[in-house]
Amino acid sequence: MYRYDQYDQQMVDARVEEFRDQARRRLEGKLTEDQFKPLRLMNGLYLQLHAYMLRVAVPYGTLNSLQIRALADIAEKYDRGYGHFTTRQNIQYNWIKLEDVADILADLAKVEMHAIQTSGNCIRNISSDHFAGAAADEVTDPRPYAELLRQWSSFHPEFSYLPRKFKIAVIASDTDRAAMRLHDIGIQIVERDGALGAAFYVGGGMGRTPMVAPCINPFVPLDQLITYAEACLRVYNRHGRRDNKYKARIKILVHEMGAEEYTRQVEEEFAHLLEQGVEPPFAELERIRTFFADPPFDAGADVALDRSDPDFALWVDRNTVAHKADGYVSAVISLKPVGGIPGDATAEQMRLMGDLAKEYSFDELRVMHTQNIVLPHVRKADLHAVWTALDGAGLGSPNLDTVEDIIACPGLDYCSLANARSIPVAQRISERFAANGKTAELGQLKVKISGCINACGHHHAGHIGILGVDRKGVENYQLSLGGSEAEDVSLAKITGPGFDEAGIVDAVETAADVYLRERQDGERFLDTYRRIGMTPFKEALYG
Amino acid sequence: MRILTGNDLKTGAVIWWTGSDWSLHVADAVDVTGREDELARVEEAERRVNVPYAIDAEMHEGQPRPAHIKDRIRALGPTVRQDLTLKPADPDIRNWVI
Amino acid sequence: MVEQTPPAEGRGPDAGSLIRYREDEPVDHGAVTVDAFLAQTNASAVRVEPGDDVRELLPHLERLALIEVNFPAFGDGRGYSSARILREAGYDGELRAVGDVLVDQVAYMRRCGFDAFDPDAPLDEDDLQAALARWPEVYQSAADSRTPIWNLRN
Repeated sequence: MYRYDQYDQQMVDARVEEFRDQARRRLEGKLTEDQFKPLRLMNGLYLQLHAYMLRVAVPYGTLNSLQIRALADIAEKYDRGYGHFTTRQNIQYNWIKLEDVADILADLAKVEMHAIQTSGNCIRNISSDHFAGAAADEVTDPRPYAELLRQWSSFHPEFSYLPRKFKIAVIASDTDRAAMRLHDIGIQIVERDGALGAAFYVGGGMGRTPMVAPCINPFVPLDQLITYAEACLRVYNRHGRRDNKYKARIKILVHEMGAEEYTRQVEEEFAHLLEQGVEPPFAELERIRTFFADPPFDAGADVALDRSDPDFALWVDRNTVAHKADGYVSAVISLKPVGGIPGDATAEQMRLMGDLAKEYSFDELRVMHTQNIVLPHVRKADLHAVWTALDGAGLGSPNLDTVEDIIACPGLDYCSLANARSIPVAQRISERFAANGKTAELGQLKVKISGCINACGHHHAGHIGILGVDRKGVENYQLSLGGSEAEDVSLAKITGPGFDEAGIVDAVETAADVYLRERQDGERFLDTYRRIGMTPFKEALYG
Repeated sequence: MRILTGNDLKTGAVIWWTGSDWSLHVADAVDVTGREDELARVEEAERRVNVPYAIDAEMHEGQPRPAHIKDRIRALGPTVRQDLTLKPADPDIRNWVI
Repeated sequence: MVEQTPPAEGRGPDAGSLIRYREDEPVDHGAVTVDAFLAQTNASAVRVEPGDDVRELLPHLERLALIEVNFPAFGDGRGYSSARILREAGYDGELRAVGDVLVDQVAYMRRCGFDAFDPDAPLDEDDLQAALARWPEVYQSAADSRTPIWNLRN
């Protein structure tokens, strides 16, 4: 994985001292809250429902054991013993004191981490495929491009006061595991005539106006990648709406201007910027690539697996994914125990995951946007030991991509923007299906819950999506069906009137039962919904 | 009634105006109807509170109870982690919040 | 909301808050709006609002000695692009950030090509020096002459 050199280290160290100084000026009253707010947000610090919340960047979701141990230490030393992994592959802490933040950032800098641009109207942490470097279907590892974009976007002098936040995802396979087309810019590294290039999808997003990004350029040469991104951002910075924060995302600009006109302006700006020489030397990309070379896989790794323990075999079937190297798999650590809080991990659990990564996965972990953790490179021969350790720590739930593997935003339990609680709904749904035994039969069924229209819980992209709303001071939940964040991307449609907390759990089961009744061979819930449409579901829900 | 709340600037903790100071406990809050803006301005200027604002509340068993569920969760802590709330051992607290 | 922008009287060296990183003498008359500038031929100072397209000025750069870029609110970042576009086009006169300009923004503004600042609220001198000295290196190219880290490495 990528390692800092003296320059990267200097930059994060400088940022720590900058924030220390800004926090001091805030505490002394030299900065008003209005002035301080964008500065703290650009260091991931929110004022949330109960306290300050700090969001730490996990660039393209990649961590090593030293880093996750540092995250565990921060959870214990400065917070309340746990952290929450987010839908953008980051981690956040809920009980932070302003007076501690600079020290936390300094602790992070010691392990080559930071909270730079994890919030605010700037270019956020670059996300990527959580199986990058392990997946058999990628044309190349997408992370070197994500890292190059990370450096380019860090402390960008022109793009730090954008109309609104800006999220970029980079993938390198036709299978989309990063919700690429639901980002402000989604980049897919593609191969054409033996050369790699970048397809740019611009103007996707969720939130109150969900949009799927159109492709504006199918092949940007890699030695022009940064220049093209710069052109995309400049057109947005100049012309994105600033009169209404709900219309300020780039998706609205692309939609109102039209993808064709937006593309024309980007191409014009791109031609201009090519003459300015803003592109990094190609040698920099080559330098970064060396950090992402394959680890020394054991060519003789045993491809057979002892499946005599049925619980273990179930976990292997559900939570491990094919790997490009023979004898290896990527193993998913579920942070979705039945009845648990999606994405939360205790300090002890983080340390265990770090230990397992160190011993069994070439010292690498990945954070998934689905709020789980991956051990990307595990020998099949080591899987039983890994599973045994995970299971003993409450991390062995065999439920990847099942109805129990629910994405949920923090909701009204933690978030000052929320209108309803998300976590309890996720808890009740996973308990319901664990109890009624339908989880296995339902197969892949992605349930995603947001506590407000900002859609941090990706409800628009759920096979089953749930949106919490406030109806005259009472929590109410809208059900939607048919969304997907993957390569078959689509936006979910609302079924009809909303439900109360108990009602929404029943409604999810009702929808699942319609699928079980109507499905044909090999169909997932999503496939059946797409074939039969909304009507049978509506009849069952409201009929 | 109207009660005044905000966050402690240094710690971020949720705090409530008691009439003379700030408390972690909403039970200590006093009615500030008509004086919200002035109190908020003075206290924020002195940096004894961050982003103060007033909310609706009603008296409930002799103590102020915020009118909206969001403010009740804010007053107490996350409903999904009672161990982290201000009343980790109170068996009836759920009924107060929801 | 953008205010009407008459010539910026009271600004300039006499206002006391002007900070310049140039050796030449400041322009001693007020800046006019972009529309007024394009409609007349004798002005040498113009004031750019966030919604203005600075590319309209590009044919006339040789007669401009001062371009003020107004920041009515510090969160409106269009002026950063305006500045860079002017420098990319070869403008080498004074480029002055005016309005709601905060000390924590000055380093980025310098990188975008601003070489003068006339903030509504005076900047603390120590904080300003600290902000400008903060960054040992830079990651990316901009309108200044600093060498990006990726060129230092390779």
